[in-house]
Amino acid sequence: MMKKIEAIIRHERLQYVQDALDQLGVSGLTVSEVVGCGRQKGYTEQYRGQRANISLLPKIKVESVVPSDVVDEAVEAIVAAARTGAIGDGRVFVYDVDQSIRIRTGEHGEDSVRHEEPVGWGH
Amino acid sequence: MEPTLNDAIPAIETTWVIVAAVLVMFMQVGFLFLEVGFSRMKNAGTVVPKILANFSIAAVCYWAVGFALAFGGAGWFAGTEGTFLGTTDPSAFPAMEFSQAAVPAKFFFQFVFCAVSLAIVWGTTIERIKFGAYLIYAVIFSAVIYPIISHWIFGGGWLQANLGMQDFAGSTVVHLTGATGAFAALLLLGPRLGKYGDDGKPNVIPGHNMPLVGLAVLVLWFGWFGFNAGSTLGAVGLRFADVVVVTQLGAAAGVLGAMLVSYVITRKFDMGMTANGAIAALVAITAPSGYVEYWAAPIIGFVAGVIVVGAIVWIDHRLDDPVGALSAHGIAGIWGTLACGLFTSPRLAELNGIGDGGLFYTGSFHQLGVQAVGVGAAFVSVFAASFAVFYAIKRVHGLRVAEEEERYGLDIVEHGMWGYPEAFMPVPGSEYRPPAMPRGWPPRQPAPVTQSQMATRFQEG
Repeated sequence: MMKKIEAIIRHERLQYVQDALDQLGVSGLTVSEVVGCGRQKGYTEQYRGQRANISLLPKIKVESVVPSDVVDEAVEAIVAAARTGAIGDGRVFVYDVDQSIRIRTGEHGEDSVRHEEPVGWGH
Repeated sequence: MEPTLNDAIPAIETTWVIVAAVLVMFMQVGFLFLEVGFSRMKNAGTVVPKILANFSIAAVCYWAVGFALAFGGAGWFAGTEGTFLGTTDPSAFPAMEFSQAAVPAKFFFQFVFCAVSLAIVWGTTIERIKFGAYLIYAVIFSAVIYPIISHWIFGGGWLQANLGMQDFAGSTVVHLTGATGAFAALLLLGPRLGKYGDDGKPNVIPGHNMPLVGLAVLVLWFGWFGFNAGSTLGAVGLRFADVVVVTQLGAAAGVLGAMLVSYVITRKFDMGMTANGAIAALVAITAPSGYVEYWAAPIIGFVAGVIVVGAIVWIDHRLDDPVGALSAHGIAGIWGTLACGLFTSPRLAELNGIGDGGLFYTGSFHQLGVQAVGVGAAFVSVFAASFAVFYAIKRVHGLRVAEEEERYGLDIVEHGMWGYPEAFMPVPGSEYRPPAMPRGWPPRQPAPVTQSQMATRFQEG
């Protein structure tokens, strides 16, 4: 069964994660700017003398649906590419996916989430 | 005592100088929005207190000692008279005695120049410098570094009085000086995180708001008419109108030059390059603005627009200069100053009483040589002084924020708030609300039928 990988990572590790997934034949990913909280400490914000503690920190969320045979490799690759060793490196989650359709061609299933040659995103 | 017609001349001169100075003051708005526009959103807010603090520090320091060092006497190195503007006797400031404008007006005009030069310094440093570094360097720059250079070239010092260096409104004094300070700061500061990839190639870190850059460029352009045309220090004699035309022709040609070259290189009409072309041409036409005839202005401006594009591309592979200050103020400032040695008309050199005609009139390389010596002397002096000051700041106070702080952005780290808070955090009262439906939707439900209506219907039926 295809899996959806959802990774919350640091902004500056995104290019490394993208490169790693590209090498594995992952055919695409969706990236969003998110804010959230975890173990990493927030900061104190101040506006014209008023103080407030903010616990939400900006992160990048990467979502990608991958063929079953590369799930483990992909997760390992993401963890390796996103890790700095400091608190705030993020999380990776894996979900089951029932179906996938590539809209242009109508391909179904694993074929629609795989590519043969690395594309070289961002290079 | 009744005012006489003779009193009108100082009044006219003073009025023009104050108007011009206020135009130059408005250039702070230009520098503010230029830096805001070329920054990322997380560093947009920090520019506001920076510009306000620098403008204010410069005011106090220039009043205390700067003006005296720059104009208080005709010594070869620096002046001495007039600390804290203790005298308003025109003869205490001999380099500006040709103008009948009141001394306080001249002081204010020269102060806003100092503030412009200081604002230029920070263009290379945005998005990573510690806020405290601004404050420390601002004191030394506006009290000592800028005043001494301006004395050499504006105030009757050795470059102006002994060599005859021509710099009408400060291509070297203001712009090259600011850019040289910026260069020294940049060498000690290093590039922004992520600017250069693992292979050393420059990455694009786009500024977040090009419309603000456009606003900034036009505000600077607007202020520049005070900057150049006000450097006549008077309106009587009507030279200032010529300077306005020369400034406009130069700037216009710079825009066209930069746009043309960026199109030839990239096949796109580059937004940032067009803006930089305007600034570079304005910088370049600053020194010659009181020395050249109309025909030379578009040539000087066009060349500035062409070289600024090449300079920005060349520098970007080596040094991280987010707003292009090294190119637009430094390289273009050098070109503008040297252009006097080529294009200065003998008639205007004589009128200003400084130096000789340029190469294209006299066939002599003399004035060009003088201009080159002046550029070299100013660059070396400002660079040495600024490098020493920034080095001391780096050792004692620190020049750059920590890596983690740079990632968060200077707004939240240095000021506890973002320039655009809603882009980074949920703000109470701005929760999502579904958009309003189009008019007439949903269709109005028929009003419930009342008891009396029912009774009526029943009777009719």
